Formats: sequence, structure tokens, C-alpha cells
Amino acid sequence: MANSKEIPVLQPGHTYRSITEQISDIPLTRVKNTPRGWWIGFFLAFLGTLLLMYAVTILFVNGVGIFGINIPVGWGFDIVNFVWWIGIGHAGTLISAILLLFRQEWRTSINRFAEAMTLFAVANAGLYPILHLGRPWLAFYLIPYPNSQGLWPQFRSPLVWDVFAITTYMLVSLLFWYMGIVPDLATMRDRATHKLVRLIYGIMALGWRSSARHWHHYKSVYLLMAALATPLVISVHSIVSMDFAYGLVPGWHSTIFPPYFVAGAVFSGFAMVLTLMIPLRKVYHLEDFITQRHLENMAKILLFVGLIVAYGYLMENFSGWYSGDPYERANTIDRFVGAYAPLYWGLLFSNVVVPQLIWFKKIRTHNVALFVIAIFVNVGMWLERFIIIVQSLSKDFLPSSWHLYTPSIWDIATFAGTIGLFLTLIFLFVRVLPAISIFELRELVHHQAETTGESVRAESATGD
Amino acid sequence: MTTDNAEQKPLDLTAIRNRLASEHGKTYWRSLNELTERSDFLDIVKHEFPRQAILLNQLSRRDFLKVLGASLALAGLTACVPQAAGKILPYSNPPEAIVPGKPIYYASAMPKDGYAQGVLVRSEMGRPIKVDGNPRHPVSQGKSELFMQASILDLYDPDRAQKITHQGAVKTWDEFASVLATQRGPNLRILSGPITSPSLAHEIKAVLTTFPQAKWHQYSPLSLTTQAAQIAAFGQSYEVQYHFDKAQVILALDSDFLFREPGSLRYSQDFGARRAPDGSNGPMNRLYVVESSLTLTGSNADHRLAVRSADVEGFARALASRLGINLGAPPSNVPGQNWLNPVAADLQAAKGSGLVIAGERQPASVHAIAHAINLALGAVGNTVVYTDPVQPNPVDQLASLRDLAHDLNNGSVDTLLILEGNPAYTAPADLDFSNLIKKARFSAYLGQYADETASLATWHVPAAHYLELWGDLRAFDGTTSIIQPLIEPLYAGKSPLEVLAVLLGQADAKGYDLLRHYWQGQLTNGSFETTWKQALSDGFVPNTRLAPNAAPPPLNPAILISPSPSLAAGSLEIVFEPDATIWDGQYANNAWLQELPKPLTKLTWDNAVLVSPGTAQRLQLNENDVIRIKLRGREVEAPVFIQPGQADDSLNISLGYGRKQGGKVLDGTGFNAYAIRTSLAPWFDTSVEVSKTGKTYELVTTRDHQSMEGRDLVRQATLVEYQQHPDFARDPQGQPPSMYDPVAYPGHAWGMSINLGSCIGCNACVLACQAENNIPTVGKEQVKLSREMHWLRVDRYFRGSLDTPAVAFEPVPCMHCEEAPCEPVCPVGATSHSAEGISEMTYNRCVGTRYCSNNCPYKVRRFNFLKYEDDTTPSLKAMANPDVSVRSRGVMEKCTYCVQRVNSARIQSEVTGKPIQDGDVRTACQQVCPTNAIVFGDLNDTSSQVRKLKETPLNYALLGELGTKPRTTYLAKVTNPNPQIKE
Repeated sequence: MANSKEIPVLQPGHTYRSITEQISDIPLTRVKNTPRGWWIGFFLAFLGTLLLMYAVTILFVNGVGIFGINIPVGWGFDIVNFVWWIGIGHAGTLISAILLLFRQEWRTSINRFAEAMTLFAVANAGLYPILHLGRPWLAFYLIPYPNSQGLWPQFRSPLVWDVFAITTYMLVSLLFWYMGIVPDLATMRDRATHKLVRLIYGIMALGWRSSARHWHHYKSVYLLMAALATPLVISVHSIVSMDFAYGLVPGWHSTIFPPYFVAGAVFSGFAMVLTLMIPLRKVYHLEDFITQRHLENMAKILLFVGLIVAYGYLMENFSGWYSGDPYERANTIDRFVGAYAPLYWGLLFSNVVVPQLIWFKKIRTHNVALFVIAIFVNVGMWLERFIIIVQSLSKDFLPSSWHLYTPSIWDIATFAGTIGLFLTLIFLFVRVLPAISIFELRELVHHQAETTGESVRAESATGD
Repeated sequence: MTTDNAEQKPLDLTAIRNRLASEHGKTYWRSLNELTERSDFLDIVKHEFPRQAILLNQLSRRDFLKVLGASLALAGLTACVPQAAGKILPYSNPPEAIVPGKPIYYASAMPKDGYAQGVLVRSEMGRPIKVDGNPRHPVSQGKSELFMQASILDLYDPDRAQKITHQGAVKTWDEFASVLATQRGPNLRILSGPITSPSLAHEIKAVLTTFPQAKWHQYSPLSLTTQAAQIAAFGQSYEVQYHFDKAQVILALDSDFLFREPGSLRYSQDFGARRAPDGSNGPMNRLYVVESSLTLTGSNADHRLAVRSADVEGFARALASRLGINLGAPPSNVPGQNWLNPVAADLQAAKGSGLVIAGERQPASVHAIAHAINLALGAVGNTVVYTDPVQPNPVDQLASLRDLAHDLNNGSVDTLLILEGNPAYTAPADLDFSNLIKKARFSAYLGQYADETASLATWHVPAAHYLELWGDLRAFDGTTSIIQPLIEPLYAGKSPLEVLAVLLGQADAKGYDLLRHYWQGQLTNGSFETTWKQALSDGFVPNTRLAPNAAPPPLNPAILISPSPSLAAGSLEIVFEPDATIWDGQYANNAWLQELPKPLTKLTWDNAVLVSPGTAQRLQLNENDVIRIKLRGREVEAPVFIQPGQADDSLNISLGYGRKQGGKVLDGTGFNAYAIRTSLAPWFDTSVEVSKTGKTYELVTTRDHQSMEGRDLVRQATLVEYQQHPDFARDPQGQPPSMYDPVAYPGHAWGMSINLGSCIGCNACVLACQAENNIPTVGKEQVKLSREMHWLRVDRYFRGSLDTPAVAFEPVPCMHCEEAPCEPVCPVGATSHSAEGISEMTYNRCVGTRYCSNNCPYKVRRFNFLKYEDDTTPSLKAMANPDVSVRSRGVMEKCTYCVQRVNSARIQSEVTGKPIQDGDVRTACQQVCPTNAIVFGDLNDTSSQVRKLKETPLNYALLGELGTKPRTTYLAKVTNPNPQIKE
């Protein structure tokens, strides 16, 4: 960490006012002054959302037969994308909750954005379990609700655990994120010039007045929420992994899955944060708040988690061989040489080889290089889910039932559509809400002043 | 559209009104129907009514309104279709036998190439819903073939012809009858399939007597050479019957006796019974097969020699000379040199229980050689018997058809009456029969579909399905059955008896009266009523089985000595054979049969040119390459399918595909092999040329993978190995331990045993399951996506070399695992275990996560990816088994062990107070299996057959090492190869 001390988490020279202005000006820009780039991006993302709505309509009218799934491969893009999105939805809470508990102060400028990304990713992920059903209108059967027939979900099924795990995670993440944004909403309310805007921010700020009492309550509840959210980061993907580990399909039936999936989720989550953060920082000139140190720290975590994931691959193959089970062995060999082998090699390259570049300081401090690596990891993690789900199912026990899976145009349209929805939500988020926590950065200014011994108070007295 | 419309006459009812007004005096018109006789009105009907109505979905709004107007105006016409005159009785006074919800069974008979298969038909509230073998019938003995199971779909097929037409115009039966009675000339020709029906033959003879210039021709594309071969060899026709129950060593020369003979169903049973390795039905038999293309029979052989069909004769001659039969000079260079001595020795040792069978495909000389060998072995009278012909008038069918073609060509035929069979499609290409039909001044076709023949004949009368008509048929052993209808003709179909009666001046005669009248003259012993009713109830007329002829027929010596045609090594031949699912093409519109994977290729919805891997390599052909086959100036294009086990240099193409007319299902399926099949060489031809077209065609199979990947899925041993280690199939480690206490099943514990040694792979179980359980078909595109719905599939594995692989069939229904992996993963509890150990599906609860299927190691679960079930076509709705739910989109389904049958037996047992006995519950697949390979029953019943089978050392569980504790287990396959033959 010796090097990182050279680059601060907040560029020096910032005052309370400069932070507040620079961050809150983005959402408070008048509609007509919205940058053209935002409009173009939003338009493209919204086209994706429309594609999703079209695909889903076709899906509901015709049934899941429009996808490329078959017997034996009963799950295809639907569940691959589900797991991928859920994985992406891991970074936010991890950054905000766990790093908060570990008192990693550099988290402050990225936690808000990462949490929002988490929410949007989980929202997308949550769509798929409903879309993949043969009879989606009966999805409520998975929820334990009292009914006259005395019927309950089957609690032995990991899919029911999924329902609980994901809804809990979604709810807690939402509350945690919202709570974290309340003081900033009050700032927005106070700075808004338009009446309606002020009213909306005012309602959302829940009457926050920055009183000491407020801060006292806020701090304790936020910490408690962080403590509550932390185990969820671990539990969600552990439970998702049990969808597979619980089954006896070769390639699924493995005890390593829960930690391996959590590591994979953090890996893909951090990669996605980097993917979004690097352009955002550039476009909105937020280099002062999201500094090279942030990126470097995240790159280091990416590297570390990537090594855990690589270990997971190693162990998966080792246990495939060591089990002595002919079906596991055949599955392991098929990954390397079978029909989906290019994808498996692609995943090893993307997730194991490419992240090793992060060892080099030059590369990890080079924004474009880091962005490219993050993209590789995103793709690689998607491939990993594809291999685990599709390749394992396509060649199981009886050679007579082997069949490959090829995605249909609707599989692709739905996937592209959820990416569109995700980006639409991201665009809306950075446009209407402060993407970086204002009050926490102000706190950072305060700490910095304390450590350097300089006084910012005088300067900032005119601030807020 | 505009030009078309300009040609059409507008609907001019006003003109008709005016004309009616202008006619004076007592010009009564009885109905609008009569008015349709007027040419102008006829035009209106022709232009506006029948053709356009079919095109409704292509109509523009303007045309739609026109047709709407026309249909309103013509609505009166529909009232003029004569309704069956008969009394309608209200159910306030219900018929005695009908109890709603309880099926009634009727015995009848189904034709297979003219021969009877005794059936027992299940009727639910007047709707026949399932056809099974008649247990009392000597041929079927309660078992069935795939065609029997599929025939119920033919009955309800919405594509069947529904109206009598004259050149496309709808007519009534009275009109047809009066035209036939008045317009026919003296030169009448009747063309039928091979007829065994005594009453029909009697009637035809009456017609021939009435019209001295009339002639009767019989032709079937699949038995066109049978009689010719017999006449060549013996000078007359005989019926040949084999007794596989007595046969110890069998040599089949290009003969697929398990599938394509009229007696195949019986042969399968007898053959299968002798496959028991413990010798419970006599010592285990041994089957040698010499054939060109892998057939059902060949895949069950202990030794199989793949040679060109043209080389079979050489082998037969060489073998015969080893057995001391003088055939002139024995040929040299025959294939299978390492076979000749061991096979000859084996046959000689078996003596009278040896059996040599020559296939339909082979020329008369091979039939004669086979007979000579059987004679020399002393097998004649024991394993093979000859009786008088079953057909009242057996003819050389090819000669008969040539004769007809000649007369038609001369223009010396006034009236041509075609009684089923679609000859325009099936007749040898060189006869150009489709053009000849048009040369008859008057031609009428009795056929179930508006097919190729129907479009060429001037008149088309819809034929009644065999479940709709009265008639009679004889089985291959002579047993005569009465066909009794289960339902009034759905589409006003007529039986051949009724059509022919028109010629005898009995246009209004009912089939029942005609048949009864005939039999009144036959059943003269005792009271007719009693015998008649007994015959109807039993399904056959007593004492009609033909006795074997004492003296074997004398052989024409010239045919034995005639030199065998030699074929240069490496020259190609093309072989024709009936299709494994759609037969000669008559089942081409049957979706069940189209979708049924062919037993050896697993192809669905298409035929293909089967090519051996070696020949494909030599000719540089890849799978799905479309090749052009030229044969005697004709050509057809068809895709290549590389089939292990196919003889080198032999191309095989099945008949029956590539039809253009006759229904929606057959549309666009396969390639027409009849287009190159000539009367000169109807079975195999060596003057074939093959060239690549550069095109490809996607064939769809249900198997991507051929081998077992070294997995222990079909356990197999030879008889010698079995005798040394009877428990070779047992798992060395047994069941893996479980964390849970075993679940007790105190009541019944249902289980199944499948004997891989006796399964011949005939596919009857697959269709029986489909018919019983309302399983939908999905179409070629969905099969390509591996979404076929069969609850029971027959896996086929190859073992050994690509050129001469051994074949194993393994029927895979749901295993009903006691530790079912599918059950705990279902999030809504839609699949659960019953107290009797059946893994059950609750369709209403299923949300369609497909997790159960993913977790099923046997992949026996089937998912309704789309809405596959046709619940809108009225006739198909009537076909559904009322005891089984019809599943909709998004629902998982699978084998239930026919739980509806278990429940019905339970209800019966509760009503009568008698416990369920072994055999009271038989699953649909068990019921049809000709070799009794599938046995179902109560594992808690110590005396049950299934329990005893599971206690034998051959019993093993598929993937038992997973700890699923399957209730369905297998008996390992035991083969009986000759140790003298090294392969």
C-alpha cells in the first residue's frame, strides 16, 4: 500500500462547496442542457429495453419453445443470464457493506454507484426466473402464501431458496442504498431551483434536516444495515450455486460450488463496476473523486478474486478427475475438447490469463487497459456460467439423450434486451441522482484536513 | 387476385330464380341439390364453394365477403346431404352395455397388406380410442405392431377425404351409384390390393360372372413378387408359414421376418420366446442373417453378414452345395467364406429344427434354394409348413398389373374401379400408371385420402376406415376374422363390399347385410346366429385355420440350376424396402408414424439413401449431401444417411415418402423412391448411377450419438459366458449407501422389468404409449431441437466396428426411482412419490422450471415447450383417452406407469373385494410387446412375474451406481453366437 498513499482517494484542494457543486450539478442540469452524449446513450439503451419488451411479449404469447432449449438442455441463456446478472449484483453490497465494516475509506466515492448497479443487475436477474418458466403466470406458486388448498412450495428445492435469497438480497440492497442516499437527497432538495424538482427530492429526502440527532441515528442504522447485508453477499450466490450443486448432473454435483460461485460473483461484479466507472469518470470529469487509487484498488481486488476463481477451475478439474466417476471425467474432458471447448478455452483465457496483466503496475494504472481487462472478465464470467449450465447438461449420463444447445434469436434478443434495460436504468440514475455520495466525500475532506493538519473549515464555512 | 376474379362467374342466384319462374307446369324441384345438376348452378358451386373455401386464409376481404355470401346462399345445400336413416334413441333409455366411464372392447381385424391382424378395440362412450391385439387371435395373441397402434390416428385423421367427388365437384352416393350403374361399359377392370377377404372375393367373382368381359387385377407394392416367386419355384401358389417356436438355428437370407411378413407379429412372439438364455422355452435359438441393409431382424442376429442383396444368391448357392444339394457348379468368390462351414455345420446339426428363410426381395431361385435346404434338413413340415394359399385368387401381381397397363394403353378399358391402394403413386415407374388411369373412359377410386390416384380418377369415393366398416379378412395362417365397425363412418366412407354391390344392382345395400348374407351361406353348421355372434365376439370364425399340406410341393429343378447372376465387386446396387414407419406410403399422413424414430436410423419425418461408411468414403459422400440416383433412365434426388452396418456398395432407400397429395402431414416429407422403381427390378437393381448435386438437405434424427462411450448401459454376454458367470450383470458394489432410512411400501410396490435379451426394437411400445397417454406429436422442426414427446423411447446402441456393428435396443421409460432426483428439486412439489412408489406428475401444479428434467439422469421427462397438443380439431379431440389428462403448454410430463390403469384396477378390486392379482394391471407398453420383454407388476407380491424376474441374476439397474434405486430395471442381454465364427 506504499504506492497507493501517493495517490489520494480524493484529489487535494477540494472544499465542501466544490464537491457539492460538482456532483449535484449533474442531476440538477436542466433537461434542455442535458449533454447530447447522454441522449444518444439513453436512446440506444432504451431501444434495448423496447427489444426486451417485444421479446417478452413474443415469449408470453408462444411459450418458452421460442428459446433454443431442449431436452436434455432444459436451461439455456435464461439461467445463464440469471446467474450472470446475479453475480454482477454482488459488487455493490460488497463495496458498501463489507468495505464499510473494514473501514476502507476509499469506498466512499464508488459505493453509491456500485450499489445502484447492484440493484439494476438484480432487477434484471430477477426477471429471468419468471421468464424461463413454462407457465410464468403461475410464478406465485413459488411463494409461500396461505391458500385454501394448504399447498406450500417444496422447501427442499433450491429454487425456493433462490426466491428467498434473491428477494431478501434485493430488499436489503434497496434499503441500504436508499438509506445511504437520503442525506444527499436533502442536499439536492436544498440546491434545486425548480419547484417541482425540489418537491420530488424533498419527498424522497424524508424530511432530513442534518441535525445531530439525525446523524446519530443514521450512523448507527447504516452500520447495522451493513452488518445485515454482509452475510447476504455470501449467501445469495451460495444459494444460487446450490441450484447446480444440489443436482446430480456431472459438472454440477460439486461441494466447491458455493465459495467458487461467490468468488466468481465478486469477480464479475468488480469487473462490471470498472466497466461502468471508467467511462463515467471520464465523461463527467470525476477524476478528482474517483481517482487512480480507486481504480487501482479495484484492479487489485479483481486480481485477487480472479486467482480464487482460477483456483476454483483448477479444483473443479481436479475433483472431476479425482472422483474416479466416469461421468465426471467424461464431462471434464468434454469441456476441453467437446463441442463447447472454444468457449471453455475462451473462459480460461478471459478469466485466468487476462487478469494476470494486473500484476503490472503500468497496466493496472492504465485506464483503457483496465477497461479492456474488465470487459474480458465480464465476457469470461458469462462464458463460465454458459459452460457450467449448458455444457454439463448437454452431455450427461446416457449418450442416447445427448444433444447440443444453440441459442435462438429470442435468447439473444432477451439477453440484449436486459442489457438495454440495465443501461437505461444506469443512464437514468446518473442523470437524476447523485452518482457519488456527496456527504461522504465531504466527510473525506474533513478527514483529509485532519490528517494533513490544514484547515478547510474556514474555506468551507461558506459552503453548506 | 384481379385476373382470377375476372375469370370467375359471379354468383347469380337471380338467374336461377328467373329460370325457375319461367318454367311452367309441374316442374317440381325437390331440393337445391337437384338444381345443382343444372350446369350454370354447377359452375357456381365449382367456382365459389369447394375450392375457395379451402383457401379462406389467403382470401382478401373482398373475396371473403363473396364467399360469405355464397355460403349463406348455399347453406341450404348442406341440409341436402342425406343423413343415415336410422332410429335415434334417447339415452333416457340407455343401451344396456354402455356405462359412462367404462370402456367396452370389440374384436375386429386390421388389414396389413391384405392379411388380417386380429385386434381388440377399446371404445369409450362410442368412440374407439385404442387398438390392441386380440388375445384370442392366433396371430396377434394380444400383442400388436406399430401400425396397429397408429391406426387409431388414421381413423380420426381430419385430412381424410370427406366427400364423394367427380372431377373435383361434390356428389352424392346416389349420384355415384347411378352413374356407375349406367355409365360403365362392358370392359370393366377392378384393381385391388391382394385380397384375402372371402366375402369380397365372392362378390368380385359375382361381378366377374355378371360381366364376362370384366377382369380383376391385384397389386401391392410390397408383395408384388411373392406369388411370382412361388409360381416360378413350385408351379403354383402356396402360403409359407414358419414355426419359430420350433426353430433352433435360423438363417435369414435378406429376410426381415420380424417386421415385414404378414405373420411377423406371430413370428416375433415365437422368435422372442426362444431367446430365453435359461432355456425355459427350449434351448436358446441362434439367428444368422445375411442382408444388405440393417433391418430389425438383422439387428437381432447372433451373426450378421452385410452383403449386397445381389450377392445373397451366391452365398445361398455356396451354402447349399456345402449341404450336399446339387445346384450345378458352385459359384466362386462368394462373400462370407468364413461363415459357410460353421453355418452349414450348425444347420446340419439342428436338422429338422433348422430353418432357412428367403426374403421377399430375393428372386425365385433363392426361395427355391432355401426350400431345397429346408427339405434337405428335414425342416419342411416342422419349422416351415406350406398350406393352400390364403388368398382366394393369388396372382402374379406384377404380371396382373402389366396386363392392366397393357389394356389401359390399348384403350380397351371402359371402366376402371380401383379399390384402395393408391396405384398412381405405388405402381412401378416404367408402367407410367398415372397417365394410364386417365385413358379409362370412366375411373372410380375408393380411397381414404384425396391422394395421387384420387386426383387422376374421374370419381373419388371416400373409403371407410377398417374401424368403420363391416368386412372380413384372413390371417396368414388362414384364420378368418370378421371386421366389425366401432363407429359410423366419420366421413361417409364406403367399404369395398358396398361399392362392388353397386355393380350387382344393390346400390343401397349395407355392408352389414352383404357380409351377413355371405356368411349365412358359409356357416351352415348349427345355428347361424350362435356361430355368427361367437365369431364376432371371439374376433375370428372357428375352424378356419388352414391345415398344413402333407406333401411338400415339388420343386421346379430348372430354377435351382440356373446360373446365379454375378456382380462385379465394387459395383453399386440400389435396394428398395418398405419404410420402417410409414410402410409403403399408406401411413404417410400419420403423424405418429412420421415422428416415430425409425428403429435403426432413428430418422424421423424423412427417408434417405442409406450408405455404408466405407462406400460413403469411397464416393466422398457426407451425411445430408443430396445425391442424384439414376436408374434405367429415371432419377431421383435424395439425401445421404451414413448407416453403420449397411453393406458396402449397396444403397438403400425406403418406399413411401415424397408424396405430394393426400394430406397436410405428409407434405414435404422425404423423397419418392417409387419414381425410380421399375417392374424390371422392383427390389434391387445394379444398373444404378450416383452423382452429387452439391445441395444438402437436413435430416433429423433423435440420436446425435451412436455408441455407449464405454458406459455400462446395456450389459451383455454370450450364452457361454452367461452359463459360466450367470451373475455377470450384477453391480459389484451394489447400491451406494443412503443417508436416509429406506421408505416402506406396505401396500403395492409397482415395478417394471425390461428384458434386453428379448426386446427386438420393434417400436410398438412407443406408439402404444403415445396412443394410451394422449402424447402429442411435435413436427420435424421440434424434433430437430430434441423436443420429441415420447414418454418411452427405444435407445439404440452400436457396438463393435462401423461396418458390422452389433446392435442393442434399450427401451427407456421413466425409472420411477425410489430416490428420484427429479422430486426434491421441483420448487412447487408438482412431482412427487405415491405411496405405491410411482413418481407422479401433478400437471396443474407444474410451473415449468424444467429443473426436474435437468436432474433426471435418464432424461425421460418431456416438456411442452410450445402448445403441442391439438385440442381444437374436433376429430382429434374425440380420439383422446378420457382417463389421461391432456397437457398444455409449459408443463412437464413423463411416463406414469399407466397410473390410470393401476387406478382402474384398484377401483375394480375395491368394488369386487378381490385383491389385485398379478396381471390385472398391464401397462400399455407391456400389453403390446410381442416378445414379452416388458413386465410390470407388484414387487411386494412374491408370486408376481416381475418380482421373479428381478430376482434372476440378469437383473440390473441402469445407472444404479447413482443410488436412484430405480423401480424399472433391466435384464441383461444374452446372445448366442457360434464359437466357430470369428468376427
